[in-house]
Amino acid sequence: MNNAGIPIIVALLASTLRLATPLIFAALGGLFSEKSGVVNIGLEGMLTIGAFFAVYGSFKTNNPWIGIVFAIVSGAAIAAVHAFLSIHLKADQTISGVAINIFAAAITSYLLMVLFNRQGQTDGVTSLYYPKEAMLKIPVLGKFLAELNWYVFIAIALVIVTNYIFYKTPLGLRIRAVGEHPKAADTLGISVYGIRYLCVILSGALAGLGGASLSLSNTNIFREGMVSGKGFIAIAAMIFGNYKPFGALWACLIFALADAFQIVAQGLGWPFPSEFYSAIPFIITMIVLSGFVGKTVPPAADGIPYEKGEK
Amino acid sequence: MKNKKIIQSAVSSLIFPLVSIIVAMLVAVIFVMWAKHISFIKGFQVMFKAIWNGSFGRKDNFIETLVYVIPLLFTGLANAVAFKTGLFNIGVEGEFMISIAVGAIVGTIQGIPPVIHVILVLISGTLAGVIWAGIVGYLKAKVGSNEVVNSIMMNYIALYFSNYLVMGPFNQKGLAQTADIQPSAMLWRFLGENYRLNIGIFIGLLMVVLVYIFFWKTTWGYEIRAVGINQYAAEYGGINIKKNIILAMAISGGIAGLGGAVYVSGIQHHAIQMVSFTGYGFDGIAVALLAKNNPIGVIFSALLFGALNTSSISLQMANIPKQIVFLIQAIILIFVASDYVYKWIAEKRRKGALLNE
Amino acid sequence: MDFVVEMKGITKVFPGVRANENVNFQLKKGEIHVLLGENGAGKTTLMNILYGLYQPDEGEIYVKGRKINMKSPSEAIANGIGMVHQHFMLVQNFTVAENIVLGKEPKKSINLDMNKAVEDTKKIADAYGFKIDPNAVIEDISVGQQQKVEILKALYRGAEILILDEPTAVLTPQEIEELGIILKNLVKEGKSIILITHKLKEVMGMSDRVTIIRRGKVINTVNTKDTNIEQLAEMMVGRKVNLVVEKKPAQPKDVIFKVEKLEALDHRGLPALKGINLQVRAGEILGIAGVDGNGQTELLEVITGLRKAKSGKVIINNKDITGKSPKEIIESGISNIPEDRHKRGLVLKYSLAENSILGMHNKKPFANGIIMNYAKIKEFARKLIDEFDVRTPNEDVAASSLSGGNQQKMIVAREIAKDPDLIIAAQPTRGLDVGAIEYIHKRLVEERDKGRGVLLVSLELDEVMALSDRIAVIYDGEIVGILDAKDATENDLGILMAGGKLESLSKGGVQ
Repeated sequence: MNNAGIPIIVALLASTLRLATPLIFAALGGLFSEKSGVVNIGLEGMLTIGAFFAVYGSFKTNNPWIGIVFAIVSGAAIAAVHAFLSIHLKADQTISGVAINIFAAAITSYLLMVLFNRQGQTDGVTSLYYPKEAMLKIPVLGKFLAELNWYVFIAIALVIVTNYIFYKTPLGLRIRAVGEHPKAADTLGISVYGIRYLCVILSGALAGLGGASLSLSNTNIFREGMVSGKGFIAIAAMIFGNYKPFGALWACLIFALADAFQIVAQGLGWPFPSEFYSAIPFIITMIVLSGFVGKTVPPAADGIPYEKGEK
Repeated sequence: MKNKKIIQSAVSSLIFPLVSIIVAMLVAVIFVMWAKHISFIKGFQVMFKAIWNGSFGRKDNFIETLVYVIPLLFTGLANAVAFKTGLFNIGVEGEFMISIAVGAIVGTIQGIPPVIHVILVLISGTLAGVIWAGIVGYLKAKVGSNEVVNSIMMNYIALYFSNYLVMGPFNQKGLAQTADIQPSAMLWRFLGENYRLNIGIFIGLLMVVLVYIFFWKTTWGYEIRAVGINQYAAEYGGINIKKNIILAMAISGGIAGLGGAVYVSGIQHHAIQMVSFTGYGFDGIAVALLAKNNPIGVIFSALLFGALNTSSISLQMANIPKQIVFLIQAIILIFVASDYVYKWIAEKRRKGALLNE
Repeated sequence: MDFVVEMKGITKVFPGVRANENVNFQLKKGEIHVLLGENGAGKTTLMNILYGLYQPDEGEIYVKGRKINMKSPSEAIANGIGMVHQHFMLVQNFTVAENIVLGKEPKKSINLDMNKAVEDTKKIADAYGFKIDPNAVIEDISVGQQQKVEILKALYRGAEILILDEPTAVLTPQEIEELGIILKNLVKEGKSIILITHKLKEVMGMSDRVTIIRRGKVINTVNTKDTNIEQLAEMMVGRKVNLVVEKKPAQPKDVIFKVEKLEALDHRGLPALKGINLQVRAGEILGIAGVDGNGQTELLEVITGLRKAKSGKVIINNKDITGKSPKEIIESGISNIPEDRHKRGLVLKYSLAENSILGMHNKKPFANGIIMNYAKIKEFARKLIDEFDVRTPNEDVAASSLSGGNQQKMIVAREIAKDPDLIIAAQPTRGLDVGAIEYIHKRLVEERDKGRGVLLVSLELDEVMALSDRIAVIYDGEIVGILDAKDATENDLGILMAGGKLESLSKGGVQ
C-alpha cells in the first residue's frame, strides 16, 4: 500500500478496520458456536481453509466473488466436521478444534502442492474490485473510505445482523437457550443437535469468509502461515466482548489497532527490535484477557456435549 | 482370573489407538491416490513402502527416526502431564522453542568443564520452560484466564523473542543463527559423529519413568490426577487447586524446556531464526493423546510420529507430497478426539446383552 | 373405560440396569395418580418415556386411545402432555416470559414478539391464579415461584395431562398444601395429573390412585382410600419398614463448634448469609431445616473453607478456622459428608482405595513424604469396606461402578475414619434407597452417642425431624429460630421456613 498523501491518523484508522475484518468475521463465527454451547477453538483452521479456497476459487474462475463463495462453503464444510465430532461423537471440543487446526494447515499445504503445484504460497489471483476512485470523490470521508474494502462493510453489517438474530428473533432465543440449558430446550421440543449443527456450521461459514478477507483482499495470494494466530485472537476478542456481537466488534477493533500501530510504529524509527512490534498484539491479547476474564460470563453449557436420553 | 482381566484391558486400550492409526493411514492413501493419480492398491503400496523405508527399513533412517523420537518424548510427556491435570498446554511448542534459544546461549559460554556445562544447559532450558509455562499457569490459577488462548499467545511471543535473541544480541555474524555451542555443552553421540543420535534419548526414557512414578506413586501425582478428574472433589478433599494448576503447568513446561535443551545440546547444536514453529510441541499433543496420557504409551506413539516425520524425505523421493505426514497426524488426532464412538459401541454391546437375558 | 394415558409392557434398559421391566400404567381422566417408589425404582424413567425424552426398548403408549410413537417431547406436547421435572428445566438468565414461550414463540413477521409473550404469560397466570411477574429473571425468584413457572410452561402449551416429578421436594409444608390446592383446581378444569413421589404422607393427602413401582416393575395399583401408609411402605420397599429412627435421648456436653455472625456472598455476589449464629455441642445432632437456596450451601462452603466469609467467625474447639484452607479445616477436626457426592464426595474414576484416603492422602501411614504407600492404603480401604458393609467386588474398582447407596457408605466411612469432632452431613441420604437411608441414619446416631457433634443439613423436613436433637431453621441467610426437636411441629417449622414468625419464639426462644 502506498499511503503517501494521507494523514497518518486516517491511514491508521483505515488499516485498523481492514485488519479487524478477519477478526470480526471469526469472532462472530465463534459467537454463534459458543452461544449454542460448542467451544470452537478451530476458528484458526477455518480461517486458513477459507483463505485458501477463496484464492483457489478466484484462480479457477477468475471471479473473486466466486472465490468468496468457495471460502464460505469450505469453511462451513470443515466446521461440519467439528460439529459432527463435538455434537454427535461428543468429542472433547478443544481437542477436536486443535485437530481441525492441524488438519487445516496440513490440507492447505497439501492442496497447494496438488492444485497449484507450489510450495509456500500460491500465484496471485484476480482481486475483488473496490471503487477506490469513486470513494475518493465523496466529501470529507473520501480519503478514509477509499482505504477500506468491501469486507469492512460486510463485517459491520454482519455484526448488526448477528445482534439482531440473537436478541430479536425466536431463533436467537432458542440458540441462547440451547447454550445455557440444552435439556430445558430439549424438553420443549427444540432440537438441541439441530441448533448446534446450524450454529457451528454458520460459525465455519463466517470464519471462511474471514479467511477470504485475509487472502483475497490486499495481496490476493494464499501464503502458508498467513492466518498466524488470528483465529485465537478472535476467540480472545469474543471473550473480552462478553460474548456479545457489539462487544466482540469493539474488542476486535482494539486488537486490530494494536496490529495497525505495529506497522505504523515500525516506521517511526523507535529503538525497539522489529520482533517486539510483532509480539505486541499477542502481549496485548494476554493482558486484556487477564484483565477481563471472570468479569465476562460464557454460556452455562459451553463446551459440554449434550447427551440425548442421558440418565 | 485377575491376570486375564489385566490382559483384556491392555488389549482393549491398545485396540483403540491401533484402529485410529490404521484408519488414518487408509485415509492418507486416498490423498496419495489423488496426488499421483494412481489406484488405491498402488497408492497403498507406494506410501507404505516409502514410510517403511524412510523410517525403519534402513539402518541410517532408523537411527534418524530415533533422533526424531527424542524431542517427541519430551513434548509428548509435557502434554500428558498437563492433560492429566485437566489442562491443555498448547504452549509446549513455545516452551520448547524458548529453551532452545536459552540452551544455545548458555551452551556458547566458554570455559565451563564438560559434564557441568551440559548440566547447566539442561537446567537453564528447563527453567526457561518452567517460567514460560508458569506464567500461563499463574494466570489460569490466580486470574482464571483460559490457558489455551494464553499458551497460544505465549507461543507467538516465544517465536518472536527467540528470534530476537538469535538475530540480535547472540547472532553469529552473517548467519541466521547463534554460534555453535561449545563441545563441552554437547550431549554424547554414542554412535559416533556420523549420527545425530545421542544420549538425550536415555534422558527422555528416564523422564518417562519419572513421570510414571510421579503420577502413580507420589502424593503430588495423586493430587494432580484428582484435580484433573474432578476439581470439586479435589478441593473438598483439601487439595489446593491453584497450587496444583501452577505446579502442573510448571512441570509440563519444565519437561518441554528440558526437551528443547536436549534438542539443542544433542541434535542441533545452535538455535536458528524461525519463520514459523518447530512443530515438535504440536506433535506432542498428538503423541500424548494417542498414548491416552500414559507415559509408557508415549514411548510408542513418539516412535510412530518420529517414524512418520523421518519418512517425509523418502515420501518426497517417491513423489508423494510430504504433507501427507501431517495429514496422517491430523487425522489420527481427529479419531482420538472422537473416542466416544468406541465407548458407544461398547455400551451398545452391554445393553444388548441385558436385553436378551 | 376412558384412560387418557395407557402404557403397555414398557421395558427400558440402560447400560447395566433394567430401569423398567414390562410396566403397565393407566391414567384416568380427571384423576391425580401417584407413581410411588423408592429412589432409583424407575418412576422418572417411565415418565421420561411418556414425555418422549427416552425411547422404550419395548412396549406401547396410548393417549386417549390412540397409539402414539412418542419419539420426542414435541410429540408429547402435541398430544397434550406436559412435564414438570424434578430439576427445573428453566434457563436461569432468561425472564419468566422468555422461559414460558421458548419453543412456541409468538412472532411478528420474523421477529420475536416479546410484548405478546409477556401478555400471554400474564393471561395464563391470571387464569390459574398464579401471582408471577413475567419480566422477572428466573435466578431472582424463589424455587416455589420457579415451580409455578414450570407448571405455566406446560399449560401454555395446552397440556391436558400434567406430570410432576417430586414436586414437593423443594417446598415448605405450607407450600405443599398450596400445591395440593392448585392440583385440585387443575383437575376441576379437566386436567389429569401424574405425581411422582417417594413420600408416603403426600400420597395419602393428594391422590386418587397409586401405582407402586419397585426395581423397575409395577407391584400394584390401588385406590388411595383403600390403603394406608404402612401398606404402601411395605409394597414400596418389599419388606416391613420401621419408619422412625430409633435413638436414645442425647447426652450433650460442651459446645465444640460455633458460628458467629457469619456473613458471606453467593456466587453472584449477592448476600447469602446475613449474620448466622450457631452452636453445636459434643454428643448432639443439630439439624438445619430450610427450603433450598436459603443459604445452606453457602453456610457449609464457608465452614469447610470452600467459600470466603465476608465477616464473622467459625470456631472449632476454641480455634478460629475462618478463612483457613480446606486442608487445615479437615485437620482441625471437621469431617464433611457433602451434599453432592458425585461432584464433591468422590473422584469417580479413582478406585475405592484411592477415594478412601481423599483428604488424608498426605498423612502417615498413607504417604511417607511424597511417596504414597499403596499397600497401606488398600489395607485401610478393605477395613472400611468391611466395617461399613460397602458392597463391592474389591477395593480396586472405580468408585463410579458402585450403586449410590454404596458410594455414600464409602464416603460416610471415610469421613468417620478421620476421627472428627464435628461431622457435617449435608443431605446425607439424598437419592438413596430405604436400606441405605436406615443404615446411614443409624451410623450418624451412633457417632453422636460416641460424643461427636453432628451438623445435619437436609431439605427433607422428615429427616431433620427424625434425626435432630435441636432444629435450627434457616431462611434468607438467617437462622430464624432454633427449636428443641421434642417440641418442634411440622407446622411451626413450616412457618419459620417460609419466613414467618412464631409467637412462642418471641419470648426468647432464639439463642
